[in-house]
Amino acid sequence: MSSVASMTIGPRDAERYEEKDFGFWLYLMSDAVIFACLFATYLVMVGNAAGGPTPKDVFELDRAAAETALLLLSSTTFGVAAVALSAGDRGKVLLWLAITFLLGAGFIFLEIGEFTGMIAQGAGPDRSGFLSAFFTLVGTHGFHVSVGLVWIVVMFAQVFFKGLTAPVASRFMRLGLFWHFLDIIWVVIFSVVYLPGVL
Amino acid sequence: MEIKSGLQIERTIKPYLIGLALAVILTVIAFGLAATGVLPRETTLILIAALAVVQILVHLSFFLHIDLKTTPRENLVALAFALVLIFIMVGGSLWIMFDLYHRMMV
Repeated sequence: MSSVASMTIGPRDAERYEEKDFGFWLYLMSDAVIFACLFATYLVMVGNAAGGPTPKDVFELDRAAAETALLLLSSTTFGVAAVALSAGDRGKVLLWLAITFLLGAGFIFLEIGEFTGMIAQGAGPDRSGFLSAFFTLVGTHGFHVSVGLVWIVVMFAQVFFKGLTAPVASRFMRLGLFWHFLDIIWVVIFSVVYLPGVL
Repeated sequence: MEIKSGLQIERTIKPYLIGLALAVILTVIAFGLAATGVLPRETTLILIAALAVVQILVHLSFFLHIDLKTTPRENLVALAFALVLIFIMVGGSLWIMFDLYHRMMV
């Protein structure tokens, strides 16, 4: 088959990767629980605007839609990179990783613009309970995406310098879990924060 | 590659394209409902929640390749346990806080 498929992995190694994947999966589940707590906090606080701006005043549906599109596309392009990995096509893996990075960076760019714009118009996290909860929830997600971007850069370097070895491929798959997971969190964010906010 | 992992290794981009198409359809419907506000507020909120649940399932199945047969059992158990915790914490928090709110206001 492909160069990846022909990589020799002993049963011991395979077991080790399986354990690592499971450990990473447990981390993701605990991360999901953290986000759930932040969502619960947001839902409790969303009505407490303290006379300041309400969700309707500060949310822009266009920007949320653009952010959604970028993140969803980046999830898909990561999938394309994963397929290239299983085919052993290093050039394609690098290309699609780079595209994924650009889409993710575009998302972060839009989000930073959104946050600075809100703070500039006096809707910063210190204004009300609603805004504190909003910045904590959406900011935590943005922080995760930023960490994911750093990880993509590291992954790019590893694929570039080390090639598609078994350990690199194993890390690549865990990065995939992380990246797709963040897209799921974003689906909940636009469904809980932005869409009800503009209604 | 014979690495068994939580993430199934895909050899074709087909599942990703199907996932993308479904996610786009669901997202566009949700944003369309919120932007136009054609339906009553309550109905819209319920529909948005339902669309979100369906889209999460689409992402889990087409992007993360979780399925009940090939995904290792312990991963599924961890996922189910996380869902129970999330249900208790989100449901419990909202129940307590809105009950409290109601009692303080009355």
